Amino acid sequence: MAVTSVVLLTLVAVPLSALVLTVLRASSDAIVRAATDPRTLAACALSFGASAAAAFLCAPLGLAVAWSLARWDFPGRRVLDALIDIPFALPTSVSGIALTALCAPTGWVGACFVPLGIDLAFTRVGIVIALLFTGLPFVVRTVQPVIEDLPRDVEEAAASLGASPAQAFRRVLLPSVLPALMTGTTLAFARSLGEYGSVVFIAGNMPMRTEVAPLRVLAHLENYDYVSAAVVAVEMLVASAGLLLAVNLVQRRLVHRGTSNA
Amino acid sequence: MAHRTRERPRGPVAWAVLGVSVVTVAALLLLPLVVVFVEAFREGPARWVSAVSSPDTVSALKLTGLVLALVVPFHLVFGVAAAWLLTRYDFPGKGIVLTLVDLPFAVSPVVSGLLFVLLFGARGFFGPWLIDHGIRIVYAVPGIVLATLFVTLPFVTRELVPLLDAQGREEEEAAASLGAGAMHILFRVTLPRIKWGVLYGGVLCAARAAGEFGAVSVVSGQLRGETVTLPLHVEVRYDEYAFVDAFAVATLLAFSGLATLGFKAWLEERARRAMRTTGESG
Repeated sequence: MAVTSVVLLTLVAVPLSALVLTVLRASSDAIVRAATDPRTLAACALSFGASAAAAFLCAPLGLAVAWSLARWDFPGRRVLDALIDIPFALPTSVSGIALTALCAPTGWVGACFVPLGIDLAFTRVGIVIALLFTGLPFVVRTVQPVIEDLPRDVEEAAASLGASPAQAFRRVLLPSVLPALMTGTTLAFARSLGEYGSVVFIAGNMPMRTEVAPLRVLAHLENYDYVSAAVVAVEMLVASAGLLLAVNLVQRRLVHRGTSNA
Repeated sequence: MAHRTRERPRGPVAWAVLGVSVVTVAALLLLPLVVVFVEAFREGPARWVSAVSSPDTVSALKLTGLVLALVVPFHLVFGVAAAWLLTRYDFPGKGIVLTLVDLPFAVSPVVSGLLFVLLFGARGFFGPWLIDHGIRIVYAVPGIVLATLFVTLPFVTRELVPLLDAQGREEEEAAASLGAGAMHILFRVTLPRIKWGVLYGGVLCAARAAGEFGAVSVVSGQLRGETVTLPLHVEVRYDEYAFVDAFAVATLLAFSGLATLGFKAWLEERARRAMRTTGESG
């Protein structure tokens, strides 16, 4: 009991209150200036936008992968299953330089897009690719067990009542998978908002254009501007907490509607 | 529980979904791993050996080893204590404890590092006092250890809480009624039954501790040969345009990541088999 409380206090509670205190002790001028700094606003908007784009791409792709792994038997299924955890297993600096090498104009993937006139690395597209990489396993690993546990008789009942496979999927299967899909997508989104390592290499980090929010924290720290760094950190924390809260509310309503329909 | 057997995909829609899945995983997740090895060996194995045996790489390897040696045992003890507390006692503020344990997962790595700079940095709360006493925490090894302790906090506890919850207290109560002390119960009754969970949580914790980049890069100060861990060394060499070196160091981390995945798969398979046998006998 004592051990746990002391560790949690010194390791989590005290550092966190340092963040709150830093902001509280600062003059309101300094806070407003840090919070409305155009470079910071652009970075926060980019982090939010790129994370949203990656999350919306992750949802259908993750659902397809989770569905394939949970439902079908095919050669290499277990290998595919094991590969999903690669982003969890690689340090973010390693995935960062690897994705950059792939997407650079001379890289295996980047070279394919050069004739189309599309640059992947050092653009916002590259940022979204990196966030797709870190986000996909969250969606797959949240949705996969739910699909595995779906009772088969429901589908059979739908089919015997004359539903086409597409109808059965849309009306019967998708609603039961939807809460997990939302949870997984939100986890990916929240993780993307604060993602640093896998993004900095591919982003190019141009002020106002490809600079993400965590980089602003580091830039302020380099100038020993602790207040501004803390303000950006609080903005990031509020954004991800708000996101998690919003999804929780929507989800509760979804579950509620599901039970009242039944 | 409905026991579902997997079937072969049937129809064009099924094949299309499967195709999209395979292409997604191969292009997005597998290719980056492959490219690490290709780039690392671009100039031959001798070049790789010289890159991973350079003094800077060796010192980074040593620092990462030191961080692991401090962080993992700490969290094994703390994780068991916290999970024990959360599952065996009722007390006001349990929700707060759970939130605090989970919190590091919800915080950006960069913000995690920032917290310790705000506390111990030159202009932080304890900064002036530390400078007066000649103690360095941030931009030194203690800061790296603290930041790593923070980001790896949830792993062991999170693994053990559901295990201990599922197990119930009957055996422990039986041992207690026979006069066993708390320590005796912990080591003789509880720990033997959760040892695989402890191991699993410890492995996940070690993998993250060895690979943490964001939080550590904030508190490290990148002093060559002093505060550069392996993941940071990858960045240092990359920023110096020594790409082959960067990827060679990255292969070391990729290897340990793959070993972790393999070990994790082995433990999960073991658990699944154990569950199947108890399911049949029960």
